[in-house]
Order: sequence, then structure tokens, then C-alpha cells
Amino acid sequence: MATKAPVFTTEQFERLSDIIDRSKEVKGALIGVLQQAQEVFGYLPPEAQVKIAQGLDLPIEQVYSTSTFYSQFFLAPKGKYRINVCMGTACYVKGAGAMLDQFGIQLGIKPGECTPDMMFSLDGCRCIGVCGLAPVLTINEDVHGKIYSEDVAGVLAQYPKPE
Amino acid sequence: MAIAEMTKTITLKINGQETQVREGATIMEAARQVGIRIPTLCFLKEVNEVGACRVCMVEVAGMKNLAAACMFPAADGMEISTNSPRVRKAVKTNLELLLSHHRMDCLSCPRSTNCELQTLAFEYDAQQYHYENTSFRDEKNNIVPAIDTSSKAITRDNSKCILCNRCVAMCNGPQVTGVIGRNGRGFDTYIGSPFSLPVNSTSCIDCGQCVQVCPTAALTEKDDTQKIWDALSNPDMHVVVAPAPSIRAQVGELFGMPMGTNVQGKVVSACRLMGFDGVFDIDTAADMTIMEEANEFIQRFKDNGPFPMFTSCSPGWVKFLEFYYPEYVPNLSSAKSPQGMYGALMKTYYAEKMGIDPKNIFVATIMPCTAKKFEITRGDETPGFNATKYPDVDVVITTVEFARMIKQSAIDFKNLADSEFDPIFGVASGAGHIFGASGGVMEAALRTAADTLTGQSLDALDYKEVRGTAGIKEAEYNLGGQTVRVAVASSPARAKELLDMVKRGEREYHFIEIMGCAGGCVGGGGQPNVPGYMRNEYDIPALRADVLRNIDKNSKYRKSHDNPVVKEIYDSFLGEPGGHKAHELLHTKHEARNVYPPKTLFDYLPKE
Repeated sequence: MATKAPVFTTEQFERLSDIIDRSKEVKGALIGVLQQAQEVFGYLPPEAQVKIAQGLDLPIEQVYSTSTFYSQFFLAPKGKYRINVCMGTACYVKGAGAMLDQFGIQLGIKPGECTPDMMFSLDGCRCIGVCGLAPVLTINEDVHGKIYSEDVAGVLAQYPKPE
Repeated sequence: MAIAEMTKTITLKINGQETQVREGATIMEAARQVGIRIPTLCFLKEVNEVGACRVCMVEVAGMKNLAAACMFPAADGMEISTNSPRVRKAVKTNLELLLSHHRMDCLSCPRSTNCELQTLAFEYDAQQYHYENTSFRDEKNNIVPAIDTSSKAITRDNSKCILCNRCVAMCNGPQVTGVIGRNGRGFDTYIGSPFSLPVNSTSCIDCGQCVQVCPTAALTEKDDTQKIWDALSNPDMHVVVAPAPSIRAQVGELFGMPMGTNVQGKVVSACRLMGFDGVFDIDTAADMTIMEEANEFIQRFKDNGPFPMFTSCSPGWVKFLEFYYPEYVPNLSSAKSPQGMYGALMKTYYAEKMGIDPKNIFVATIMPCTAKKFEITRGDETPGFNATKYPDVDVVITTVEFARMIKQSAIDFKNLADSEFDPIFGVASGAGHIFGASGGVMEAALRTAADTLTGQSLDALDYKEVRGTAGIKEAEYNLGGQTVRVAVASSPARAKELLDMVKRGEREYHFIEIMGCAGGCVGGGGQPNVPGYMRNEYDIPALRADVLRNIDKNSKYRKSHDNPVVKEIYDSFLGEPGGHKAHELLHTKHEARNVYPPKTLFDYLPKE
């Protein structure tokens, strides 16, 4: 993976410790802790997962097994702009697959990855429920409807890199 | 009486036959009563009850879908069919789907003829090429193994994995460590370690219980037989071998002999036929271990501890303690395991006696255990672990690998005449023989400690309270006026239970024997694989342990300190038990290990 591992702050780990401390005695707390940890770090770096395992007294594998099972958890950092291309049936039949590939080609990454400058990350996601706009994608909170392969460059141009 | 009244029975029909079972029993249990053994690839009683493999499907009248018999509770008035056309078709299809993601290597696969998937595919006429094979491929689209060979003890090949979850349940349940699990989701799911790290960088204790329960060859012992073949064909090498106590109780199983057949004499003959220059008995070394361990125990009585003292013969247990209870490292007996003592004495005492340079002695052992393969490499991390500058033991093979070598030597094992071990290191007391069963080390140590503390030769030889395959056994004995409280546990889960009680101060013991596998070495990770249904229906370790108890009962010597070979080694070479030379050669140090984080985790992470 071309992604550079970001450096974390002490403050982030302190927040993680607080989250773990609040959940220590709670049975089945793991998923909630992972969700909160992801809010703190933006994804679930191995350091955080090890710390969670240690804090909740679980085998590390149990944490990793959970974090790799649920699609809501990210194991790689996400970019400043998180592109989610809907892979629901309606979008897919209208060309979302080719559109996702086109994003990959233009950004030089595969789905699940992030550009080395940490600007864009690319994922396919499940149906987001606006099939009338198919093929549809979201970038952070923005929704872009009826986007085909040839529209990809235009969409990316709306998210300029700061120079 | 009261229990009988409380347990309700229900009546149901299986393939038209009426039968009664207790309420709460599964369809699988009910079917067993009418003589039907419903196939399964995943179910292990009390360990893996997850309904993952879907080959136990049955048809229940009135139900739309087929039911998984291993999980589905039987109910009053139920009518079940286990062989309707629909059931047979479903089982066959499910097997074919499993085969479609399996690397078919059956002709030379180490589990061939002893593979649960192969057996069922044959029985149900499941076709291996019905569906396109989606197993692991290389860039040229050839089906390739997906092997992790990082561990010294086990090999994992995910291209043969059927995701039955048995290994994961074993690792997380009875073996506690939980170093493997299901990673990912859906079709991409695989059994692996955190962050896809190789298994040797986790807190794996090498116990091999995952290998024991694997229905296919996705998990196998690490094959080291070639190292022995190489040594045997090297004219400069004097190659010696010794089988562990439990080997004589098990190898027969791999040659079609009934479980619990004593084949000690045949094991010796087979080793000679293979070309070993010396065939010795690990049980002799077990007697040495008792001399040292009993001596250490008595010394701790004089020094007031540290108590409890833990046995250190089981390498799975030792590593478990080092990882998970590092605060108890000083409580471990410093005595090497019988294997370690045997190796050390081969390269010193035996070398001297035979006038052979230790560098030309190649020491092999046959163990019921995969963790022993790790144990011999402790010299790499602990300076002074080996008695000479060469490794004490050069190679360890398991029961299964030993049987493989016998077969490759074209030896007709079943009809082999018996022979005796080489006398220089081949006489053992009954105490040494019972090392292979849970409670055996404790009983052997008590026999010697009692005589030493009383200064007499006592007749009370049977410490029955510590025998059997129960998870935790406790007893209190009066040895020469001293009250000695002992406990015996086998499997890390039971050890954890016991240690946590000790830690909380609820129990106090002087001496605790712990084995890393349930039932002791007879249930070890290097033993012949037993199909899941047999594990569910029989107490396998108990059947195997009977052999060792019987050998003990009929032994000429029953106490380690009566063994003439042991006496000779101390008199002519070592001096006193626990003395300077004995300490140098027969004892070692143990170290605390870290569970968090896995040791290569941060090397593996992308560098800045």
C-alpha cells in the first residue's frame, strides 16, 4: 500500500484511554470502543487495536477479527476527501463499477486505499438509498448523482489540492 | 432420583424409528441413539458448537428449511429424516462447495486417508470438479498453497482450510491463548493472526491442539523427518533416538491397532530397522527429572518457598506461563524437561562413556507434542540452555511423523517382533512411564519425595486422587510429618482457573502439576488425529493413559530413585541430585514474555 502511516498525537491516545476506561467493566463493549476509537484516529491503526485489546483484556486477534469483519471499520487511513461509490444494484447496472475503476485510475489507488498525499481515499459502499440518482457517489457529506466514467475528472476538479 | 424427575424426556421419530431423548438434546444426539451418526466437519462437543460446515443437514417434517442437526434441539413429536433425497442432495452439494475452495492434493497430502473431508467426499460421492475451483492462485492462475511456515511447531496451509472454526474454538477455548481467529468477511474470510502476522510472532504456545482438531491438512505439525533422514545417511553421525512415554501408547493407532495398545517393543525394533545407532527411553530421563524436581521441592520446603512450585515438563504450559502469568516465572521448577535432560546427558555422559565427540552425536526424540519442537530452540534465546556448545536435542518428530518414517522405511510395524531399549539409557521406573498422563509427574514426584522426607522406602505408591482426566484435581498428603497440598490441572483453561484461585488467595498449594493439553501428553498436539465424532463420543486421553498406568503397575521399579540406570548416572557422573554438575546440565532458566504487542508488529507496520 502506498499509504504513509500518519503520526498520532499523545492527545489521541489519552482520549482512547478514557474511552477504554469507561467501557472496561461493560460486557460486549468491543464494537462500541472500536467505533469511538475510529472517531478519534479517523481509522483503526494497529497501535490503537493493540491498546484496546490490552485495555479490555481480550486477545488481539479478537479485536482484529472484529475490525476486519465489519465494513464500518477502516484499517487504512482515509483521505481529506472520502469518496464512496455506491455499489447497490441500481447504481451497479447503470455503470458504477466502471466509474469506480475510473476514480482508481485517475487517483492511482485501488478501492480501500488512500492517495499518498492523504487527500483522497476511495471505497465502494452498499446502497445509499438514492437510486433515482444512480450511479451515485458521496464525497464526505456531498452527494453527486448521475456520474459516469467520463464525469470523474470533473468531479475531482471540484476538490482542489491546497498548494 | 431428584435429577431423574427433573429431566424430562421427549419422544420423536427419526427415519420412522421412534426414540426418546432428554429434553434439550440436539437432533444429532437423538439420531445417535437410533444408530445414526450424522456427519459433521465442524462440531466438537462443548468446544465448537457453531453449525459452520452445513454437512449435518436433516429434514424436519413441517419445516421449510433443512436443519443443522448439531445445533437444532430435538422436540417432542418431531419427525426427522436424515437420508431423504433432499437431505442427500444438500449434503453432497455442500461438500462439493467445500471442495471447490480446497486445494486438492489428496494423493500425497499428509492427512490423506485420515482426512475428515476426504472421507465424507468419498462416502457421499461428492465430485471435486463439480464447481470451478476457487482456491488460492498465483499470477499464472495455478492453484497454490497459502502456507505459513513461520512457527517451529506447526504449519498452516489456508488453501486446505474449510473454515470449520474448530482450531479457532480450540485456541480461544480450552487453550485460552486466542492467537488465531477468523479475519475478514464473506468469501475473503481466512483463519489468521492479528494484522495477518505470521503465527510465530504472536503469543502462540505451540501446543498443536489446532492441529489435533483440524478435519483436513490445513493445520499440520511441522515436518522435520527429512532432518533425521539426512543424519541417518551421514556416515560421520552417531544418531540416537528416544520415544516419550506416551509414544508407546499411540503409534499403534496409525497402523490400524486399537486405541490403547502398548507397542513399546515394536517402537524399539522399528527404530533399529531405520538405522538409529542408539535407541533409548525418554522415561529414563523422566526418572532423572523426578530426582531433580523432587530434590528442588524438598529444598523449597527448607527455604520456605517460593510456593506453589510448578512442574516444567510441558513446553506448552511453560510458554503459557511465561506469556500469561509472568509473575510466576520464579515458581516454575528450574528442571529441564525429560527431553532436555536426555539431550544434555547424550552430549555429555553418553559422549564421554562412548568416547564420541558430541559434535558427531545427533540426538533425535519422538514426542507427542508440537511444542517440544520449540523447546529445543530455547538455547537460541537463553544462553547456557544447552549442556555443550551444540544443541542438546537436534530434532524432534511427533508421533505422526514417526509413523510416517516407519511407513517410508517399509517396515511391517504391526507384525514386528519386540526388542528392548539399549541398557545404557533404557531402563525406566513406572514413575517415569506415567509422565505421559495428567497427574503422572505429580505422582512420580510424590513417590520420591515421600521416601526422601521419611528416609524410608514406603509401600504407599498409589496417589489415586491425582489420576484421571478431570480438569483440576486436588489432594493433601502427609509426607514424613509435613502436610503437602498439591493440585493437578491439564489444559491452559484449567490452569488459568487454578492460577486465578491461587492469585486471589482462595487456594494455597505447595506443588502444582500442569500440562498444556487436556489429559496430558496422551492428548498432545503431535498425536494421531482422531475424527471429531470420536472426540465427541469417547474420552480419548483416558483410553490412551490406561496403557501407561498398566506399564507402571507391572514395572520392576516403581520409584524413580530405584532406577539402577539413574543411580549409575548420579554415582559415576553427576554426583548429587541438585548438585553443581546436575544444576549445570539439567536445569535452565525461564523468562517472562510479552503478549502485547506481538513481537514483530511494529516492524511490520509501514515505515515513515
